[in-house]
Amino acid sequence: MTTMTIESTVYHPDVSGIAATLDITGLNLWYGDKQALHGVTLPIPEGQVTALIGPSGCGKSTLLRCINRMNDLIDGLRIAGHIHLGGQDIYRPAQDPIALRKRMGMVFQKPNPFPMSIFDNVAFPMRVDGFVDRRRQAGAVEHALRGAALWDEVKDRLDDSALGLSGGQQQRLCIARAIACDPEVLLMDEPCASLDPVATARIEELIDELAGRYTIVIVTHNMQQAARASDYTAFMYLGRLVEFGATKNVFQAPLSPRTRDYVTGRFG
Amino acid sequence: MTSTSNLAPTASSNLSRTVPAKADDVRSRGEPFTWLLGGALALGCLMIAGLLALVVWNGFVTFIPKPIEVLTENSGAISAGERVRQESFRPAPDVVAKLSATARENVAGNGGYATRFLIKTGNFDLYGEDFKWVADFDVATRSLPRDMVLVERMEWGPLIGRLIGMTVDGTSVAVTDIADPRFVDAHRAARDRWRKIADLERDDIGGINARIEQERLELRSIELSEGRGSESYRRAAVTYESVAAALAKDHQRSTAEAAALVDTNKGFTATFADAQGTSKTVALDAIVRLYAANDLSWFDKIAIYLARWWEFLSDDPREANTEGGVWPALFGTFTMTLLMVVAVAPFGIVTALYLREYARQGRFVAFVRICVNNLAGVPSIVYGVFGLGFFAYLVGGTIDEVFFQERLPSPTFGTGGLLWSSLTLALLTVPVVIVATEEALSAVPRSIREASLACGASKWQTIKYVVLPRAMPGILTGIILAMARGAGEVAPLMLVGVVKLAPALPIDGTFPFIHLERSFMHLGFHIYDVGFQSRNSEAGKPMVFVTTMLLMTVVFGMNLAAILIRNRLKTRFATAAF
Ligand SMILES: Nc1ncnc2c1ncn2[C@@H]1O[C@H](COP(=O)(O)OP(=O)(O)OP(=O)(O)O)[C@@H](O)[C@H]1O
Ligand SMILES: [Mg+2]
Repeated sequence: MTTMTIESTVYHPDVSGIAATLDITGLNLWYGDKQALHGVTLPIPEGQVTALIGPSGCGKSTLLRCINRMNDLIDGLRIAGHIHLGGQDIYRPAQDPIALRKRMGMVFQKPNPFPMSIFDNVAFPMRVDGFVDRRRQAGAVEHALRGAALWDEVKDRLDDSALGLSGGQQQRLCIARAIACDPEVLLMDEPCASLDPVATARIEELIDELAGRYTIVIVTHNMQQAARASDYTAFMYLGRLVEFGATKNVFQAPLSPRTRDYVTGRFG
Repeated sequence: MTSTSNLAPTASSNLSRTVPAKADDVRSRGEPFTWLLGGALALGCLMIAGLLALVVWNGFVTFIPKPIEVLTENSGAISAGERVRQESFRPAPDVVAKLSATARENVAGNGGYATRFLIKTGNFDLYGEDFKWVADFDVATRSLPRDMVLVERMEWGPLIGRLIGMTVDGTSVAVTDIADPRFVDAHRAARDRWRKIADLERDDIGGINARIEQERLELRSIELSEGRGSESYRRAAVTYESVAAALAKDHQRSTAEAAALVDTNKGFTATFADAQGTSKTVALDAIVRLYAANDLSWFDKIAIYLARWWEFLSDDPREANTEGGVWPALFGTFTMTLLMVVAVAPFGIVTALYLREYARQGRFVAFVRICVNNLAGVPSIVYGVFGLGFFAYLVGGTIDEVFFQERLPSPTFGTGGLLWSSLTLALLTVPVVIVATEEALSAVPRSIREASLACGASKWQTIKYVVLPRAMPGILTGIILAMARGAGEVAPLMLVGVVKLAPALPIDGTFPFIHLERSFMHLGFHIYDVGFQSRNSEAGKPMVFVTTMLLMTVVFGMNLAAILIRNRLKTRFATAAF
């Protein structure tokens, strides 16, 4: 804990030739004078679930929010490096961040439904895209709610306020909202952090179902969850990417001693 | 480990002695402060409740018909009137010296004090005053004669006396009872004719005058644009002459009709004698209402009470505003406040939106914020001066020059009016809306803003769909506060459009129906006018209370409506689990 050598990222051999639609290369990020990300290079495999793990404050959320440029809103933020989506750098000047966010869905740590009806929550991405016809929205809303395993619970009260749902239902509603526009990438920042084990299990099942359809990046503090739900795992520490590989290998045969300590629960 | 071992002995050794000592210390338990806070609250509530009770009590009792007492004084003077209030006073020594022995003893027994009461004698045209103080020791006899009548007149305030006769169509008829059908019918017919005359003057003659003016303005505008010598002007002038002549004929006919009615009404009078027997003749059509005050059943009293309320709410004022109704003022207040809200709400909300959501939060914005807050401390009369100079003279003057040239030199928008009053008050109340809106916006959780942005919404879409709806209850609270502040404001209005007596309502049946340029009446100003600008402030006092109560009711009603809207919005967010 006391000494910290500047080490380079360890990549498992199983990630050497993967197809990455989302490719993060040499990403550095500063909050004012404080550097929060140090040269992160992370190819995120297409159609797979990638878990970001690491101790609190290591920059997982920061990295995740770089992918859909949510960090743009923060004053004094500086970024160097590249993130390519489908071969194009999303930080190039011509990139419209709003158009970029339309290609991605994001689920936050705390459920944050809008103070509107359940239907309007899920239809919101369509509404901002200019599709205001409720009948045309209805199909997509049902599809998204089924996708988020919420349809059966809410189909009779679509016009009720979303705030009347339980925490777990709200979080699934947020997932439905995130997938309503068929995004290419789904970003989840500790989606189960405020949920009980039953709700957590449901969300994990859901992630399983969604895997394959979307490229999913999920931040989690829960080792079991990462091990169960993800295909690939990236371990971060103090703003650096320490190790990246297939989940099975990262958990069972970690190459970096720091990763080993973390996944076996010896520090964190 | 080390910290626990350090703490343990300190805690255990001190607990036994210091804690009970501390618990006994009143100051540490904060009781005096609780009492202080509670006391301050109680005091505040008491003062507000007292004010409300005073206004409401006086407001409710004003219209109750009171008995008329006839008092014979020791000197032989007789006076009649409603008792208004009483007080104890110290009579001058020479007055006491002249009293009878028993009366002197009474005064001496009271420590030199005696009681006197104020009676409202009415008959201002006979006595030159409305009220009279009568000392208790001066009263020889007191009676409540059943034939004493209180007459509410169009002019000169109330008359108190007995009916001693009347004329019907110029011939006198011996009637001494106001319930006599001959009197009742004649009175009703005279009032009907009077109403007819008023209608003729306002609608027919007023309408014809307006049309003549309209024609003249059209001619004038042709003159201004084409010149006096032009062909079109000559043609228009010819048309104008013929139309004006036709209208003048209409005018004459209506005037003649009205004059005939006036003539007829001259033949209908009633003669009353006051308590001392002085007679006074009153035209029947000038009698608004009369009743035998000491001969009323409960039912009569309630009927008079309600009729007076109805008159108050629905009629024009008379007698320099101290009597009659306040309908124009009520209507003016309501319209002005609504217009003000229409102006202040978008302006304040947009300003706050920019300040909070778009502007860079730096020194400049902080400075602007301080300025906005300080605006609330500028005396309201200063806003009035600004409104007059900027809105009425500058903006209104320009509008007149551009659009209403034919009416110059008499101003249309270039003087105080409803629009300028509303805008001035909007300016006055806009800080309230800005501050409340900013607060409401900053209370919208970051998490749902982020959710919206992550869905691909633009900043404006986020504000429109998520932030504003969520902030709406708070914004409405600001608007409610602004409304309450604006509706009760008087001083600036005196400069920018409120008048003592407006000739017409700002909304009526003549095109374009809403006359924003018209001056108007306002309940707040009405209170000031009746209370402090009238011939006799004592006579206006009841009116002040009733009008205050009405103003408070109006403000309360409008607030209630806004609060209901707000609560309906709030229930949508009631289960907010952020
Ligand atoms: N808006 C911000 N301004 C300044 N510093 C920030 C900001 N957001 C995060 N940081 C800093 O950046 C570092 C990384 O934060 P980040 O939120 O990415 O951590 P995390 O890995 O998500 O932690 P956790 O697991 O607790 O959520 C932290 O040291 C944090 O203090
Ligand atoms: Mg985080």
